Amino acid sequence: MASQQGSTAAPSVNGLAYPITDHTFDVVVVGAGGAGLRATVGCAQAGLRTACISKVFPTRSHTVAAQGGISASLGNMGADDWRWHMYDTVKGSDWLGDQDSIEYLCRNAPAAVYELEHWGVPFSRTEEGKIYQRPFGGMTTDFGKGIAQRTCAAADRTGHAILHTLYGQALRNATEFFIEYFAIDLIMDEEGRCRGVVALKMDDGTIHRFRSHLVILATGGYGRAYFSATSAHTCTGDGNAMVLRAGLPLQDMEFVQFHPTGIYGAGCLITEGSRGEGGYLTNSEGERFMERYAPSAKDLASRDVVSRAMTMEIRGGRGVGKNKDHIYLHLDHLDPKILAERLPGISESAKIFAGVDVTKEPIPVLPTVHYNMGGIPTNFHGEVLTKKDGDPDRVVPGLMAIGEAACVSVHGANRLGSNSLIDLVVFGRAAGLRAAELVTAGERHADLPKTSADLALSRLDGFRHASGGTATAELRMDMQRTMQNNCAVFRTGDVLEEGHTLIHKVAGGKDDIRVTDRSLIWNTDLLETLEFDNLIAQAVVTMDSALNRQESRGAHAREDFSARDDVNWMKHTLAWLDEKNAKVKIDYRPVHTYTMSNDIQYIEPKARVY
Amino acid sequence: MVQLNLPKNSRVGVGKVWPKPAGAKNLKEFRIYRYDPDGESNPRTDTYFVDRDDCGPMILDALLWIKNKIDPTLTFRRSCREGICGSCAMNIDGLNTLACTKGMDDVPGVVKIYPLPHMPVIKDLVPDLTNFYAQHASVEPWLHTSSPQPEAEWKQSHDDREKLDGLYECILCACCSTSCPSYWWNGDRYLGPAALLQAYRWLIDSRDEGTGERLDALEDPFRLYRCHTIMNCANTCPKGLNPAKAIAEIKKMMVSRQV
Repeated sequence: MASQQGSTAAPSVNGLAYPITDHTFDVVVVGAGGAGLRATVGCAQAGLRTACISKVFPTRSHTVAAQGGISASLGNMGADDWRWHMYDTVKGSDWLGDQDSIEYLCRNAPAAVYELEHWGVPFSRTEEGKIYQRPFGGMTTDFGKGIAQRTCAAADRTGHAILHTLYGQALRNATEFFIEYFAIDLIMDEEGRCRGVVALKMDDGTIHRFRSHLVILATGGYGRAYFSATSAHTCTGDGNAMVLRAGLPLQDMEFVQFHPTGIYGAGCLITEGSRGEGGYLTNSEGERFMERYAPSAKDLASRDVVSRAMTMEIRGGRGVGKNKDHIYLHLDHLDPKILAERLPGISESAKIFAGVDVTKEPIPVLPTVHYNMGGIPTNFHGEVLTKKDGDPDRVVPGLMAIGEAACVSVHGANRLGSNSLIDLVVFGRAAGLRAAELVTAGERHADLPKTSADLALSRLDGFRHASGGTATAELRMDMQRTMQNNCAVFRTGDVLEEGHTLIHKVAGGKDDIRVTDRSLIWNTDLLETLEFDNLIAQAVVTMDSALNRQESRGAHAREDFSARDDVNWMKHTLAWLDEKNAKVKIDYRPVHTYTMSNDIQYIEPKARVY
Repeated sequence: MVQLNLPKNSRVGVGKVWPKPAGAKNLKEFRIYRYDPDGESNPRTDTYFVDRDDCGPMILDALLWIKNKIDPTLTFRRSCREGICGSCAMNIDGLNTLACTKGMDDVPGVVKIYPLPHMPVIKDLVPDLTNFYAQHASVEPWLHTSSPQPEAEWKQSHDDREKLDGLYECILCACCSTSCPSYWWNGDRYLGPAALLQAYRWLIDSRDEGTGERLDALEDPFRLYRCHTIMNCANTCPKGLNPAKAIAEIKKMMVSRQV
């Protein structure tokens, strides 16, 4: 690539503005976290020629930061049953989850965990040498009667252990990785079929066009739309935004999970497993206040419940610290040996980021944005769905989505802790199986539409030469502050109305954006701008979906509509974004009120008490 | 021929001194290695002043502050910002470590930041780690088994699982390998501490049945035996691991299988 620094024109080689390198694969997976790697391995094992594209080296993906564990009813610590796991997940979802998908998840969970173990994940062990399982929020036995130990753990580094193992499996299966390639946009044809993806190779600035029968998006969540998130800097939901730009809807975007225990200030995660091992929360009066909010599950109620309780305590003037604006998490009563064996990672994090010795002092914590229940609507095979001609389950050919990017929907309005890692591997595997059914290895590819790279290149070129008055970092901060202030744990119509105005204003600010770095080699200024463009699209859709839903369900708590309303709102929100006219169009899909098999009946909605 | 100086085009010049932020009272000075791959000029060190009252406590916070507020062209890798993804490894105040877990207060005076040593630099603080990753892949970092798989998990005793502690936690940040003089010299043939730590992690796993082949693959004058127990790896590891010890254990396994 010719050097073009300081120039305002696109690089010109042989008269082409951006030379394009073409690749042809049976399947292209975008993202190399837990879901992306599992799907890649599955497709490779099925004999499909598979590419895996990732903007970071696979083991840097955010799956690496998952701590507490992966849920599966192995029954290593006492009786367990996938039906109990299913009941808990349905209840945790506040009955917004699709029960056919939840059945698929919970039934297939044990086999998925054994598979990981066979691949080498260094799980912690019981005295008998089985996989160690710990209690986690909302996980019960016998349909809510007792506390389950269902969450399989590798100390408090479970995500790290799983991701590194999956990367090893991908190597073993000779995966064709395209590492540090930034996916810009999908290639869609006139019939609405996905035909591939266009990406930027970060280290030399070349454009790569991947043609494939199937694109599997495994691009994760968009936690960085908020100011304070446990999410990594790279969690910008690039796949979600590509789907919006392809004219397809995102589902249930108003449901944003706040993890109860992000470290105050830094936002780094302290696993729920710390409460699973016996940790508890206190307010400024030293009271274990969760006993009031969730008399039976207490500190192990589900995350939305605990985050709301903490927020209520702080609002009631019972927060701790100089500004009474956070809560204490106590682990100091636990045996230091247990802490060293089962919670070494968070002990280290608490030391580094809060200056706290967990064996002696409590950790200052605050509910922090952690997970997006919403995302790209799919069925339990991973196929992307849209609503068309009155059909709410219309499959988008050539396109799949898995992991946090997808909304299957197994988590509904609120995800249970340790259900995300199992979601990654179960649906990553499902996508591989479905790909094997849909695609014949080496099948001929139709020609790509002539305009296949236009959308991607015009966006790239536009931002690369953006010379407005507002730096990307400034706009990003405005977006993050707005989402944090106006779309948080508690929501009201007024605050959301204001948020709607503010976030659309930030989105409008894109016209005046400024990128300083003009290079094409490792231009992180440009990449952060493309990521901001992705984030703001999702932020707008999230805010508008939240304003639209007039009830309280799971993570979406409206003070002006404080009850769940199953008559009017037991339905999935679908939101399309019309970027040109800055409009969000909203429609709905029915929740699947049926199971996958006759082995379990539909679980009827009831009041959600922990 | 021994080359005692850096090649001409690698010699680091003095770069730009960026203006101090207006009105800031609590400044910290940073000198940061810059390399622009588009131009012909040599690398340089730019000087920045960070307003500590407006910035988080970690070195990564300072780099982000500079990128967001002063110079958007400053280039470095980062992701999790909590010491688990291994992206932001760099040489800070003479020591390879993670920018996200290194506190600014831990560095007295001016903070000097360079990319990981002895790696090709793509841009600024971004090294090319292709060879490092290939070496990691070469130890076949997956479980080798030939026995029929059980329906449930392979059993592993509590004590056998404990043997993996201090090994499986590696985040592949490359701090250790790029601090090792032996790796600097023979990085093309010596696997380096990170890859060898991983090799030992699989050798010592009670579930693994590939010990013989794994040791065969390391039985080579360069791949394993270029470790001269300099111990920089253990000193620099931001996760407190001890690759040198793992290498010594592999050497012991080599000897004990011959007697």
